[in-house]
Amino acid sequence: MIAVSNQDIRGTTVFDGECAQRGYALNKMCYSFNEAANRQAFVNDEEGYCARFGLTSAQRDAVKRRDVLAMIEAGGNIYYLAKLAGILGLTVQDLGAQQTRMSLEAFKAKLAAAGK
Amino acid sequence: MAHIIGSLMTSHVPAIGGAIARGVQGEPYWKPFFDGFDAVHEWVNHERPDVVVVFYNDHGLNFFLDTLPTFAVGAAPEYRNADEGWGLPVSRPFPGMPELSWHLIESLVADEFDVTMCQEMRVDHGFTIPLSLLWPGKGPWPVKTVPIAINTVQHPLPTAARCLKLGQSVGRAITAYPEDIKVLILGTGGLSHQLDGTRAGFINKEFDRLCMEKLVHEPLALTRFSNRRIIELAGSQGIEILMWIAARSAMTGRVERIHSNYHIPISNTATGVLLLENRVAAQDRVAAAK
Repeated sequence: MIAVSNQDIRGTTVFDGECAQRGYALNKMCYSFNEAANRQAFVNDEEGYCARFGLTSAQRDAVKRRDVLAMIEAGGNIYYLAKLAGILGLTVQDLGAQQTRMSLEAFKAKLAAAGK
Repeated sequence: MAHIIGSLMTSHVPAIGGAIARGVQGEPYWKPFFDGFDAVHEWVNHERPDVVVVFYNDHGLNFFLDTLPTFAVGAAPEYRNADEGWGLPVSRPFPGMPELSWHLIESLVADEFDVTMCQEMRVDHGFTIPLSLLWPGKGPWPVKTVPIAINTVQHPLPTAARCLKLGQSVGRAITAYPEDIKVLILGTGGLSHQLDGTRAGFINKEFDRLCMEKLVHEPLALTRFSNRRIIELAGSQGIEILMWIAARSAMTGRVERIHSNYHIPISNTATGVLLLENRVAAQDRVAAAK
């Protein structure tokens, strides 16, 4: 079987070895958010916390701007990014709306419409 | 000998856990999903399994990218849930069954599935939510558990064909287990959904229906799909159908569909539940009782 190529499903990033290397620092930081104390440390000093995990400037910038597509571009994996979203009080619908440039209501309506 | 009584495949969307915690199962948004479990409860309360073997995927609670096993089998006396970072209540611990775990591990490795063996393993919502759906309430779990985690985080992921063979190998191992126990197989995740990218919110009812149909009598038909094709048809996280394929393939006898339900959407996900009975095991039991 041919390996999954990363760019060939529209609007979709297959999280392969290249992504996993590129995104390691960002994903490692997000993995740390399983611990409440680490979430609090991030809230208290976001700059310092990102620096501690050695985020790249692209990752740091994407986090600062709360830009999910840019985090994915910088190697972020959605399962780990979801833990950051939790700190920011965002649900997966909020993430979906942001990434598709839709309002939350329109995104939810789109999901419901898929069941009709 | 151990009997496989059936396979239950279900979605494990985290929001389900939130709905259970808030007690809103009867609200219009949730009712079409939770109502799908009435028939499951009736069946499971009648069949009373002693143990559940759970194929699920970890979403970054126990495993990180530093060391990510393709297949991992729990071999602990107890499995604990923990904070996943976004406020789901932490589930009470689940009793393990190390003697069955080690039997499965021995059998799987002899069968050339070189699994990772875990004497400590935190189980996330992929494991806890299906158990909470099966046995609502706060009482002690009425079953022992064996978790089997399949990597769906870091590509390359195991193929559908490989997961089918893993399920078959687990099924053979269970039926060779000498103790007279009733085993229910769980496969958790899916169905079609995508959380990430500009295609977020992608759902494919047609493909989900096809999977739910083929799983009953023709699971092999699903192995013609490459993982790339599954992602294209079911969304990035729709790849969790791999756990359904493994769970279905553990059944060793004649398969009968007891119940199914399909509902869109819960959170960003098309949800499904499929209960299949393993009829040979049931007939064997009747014969053994005579």
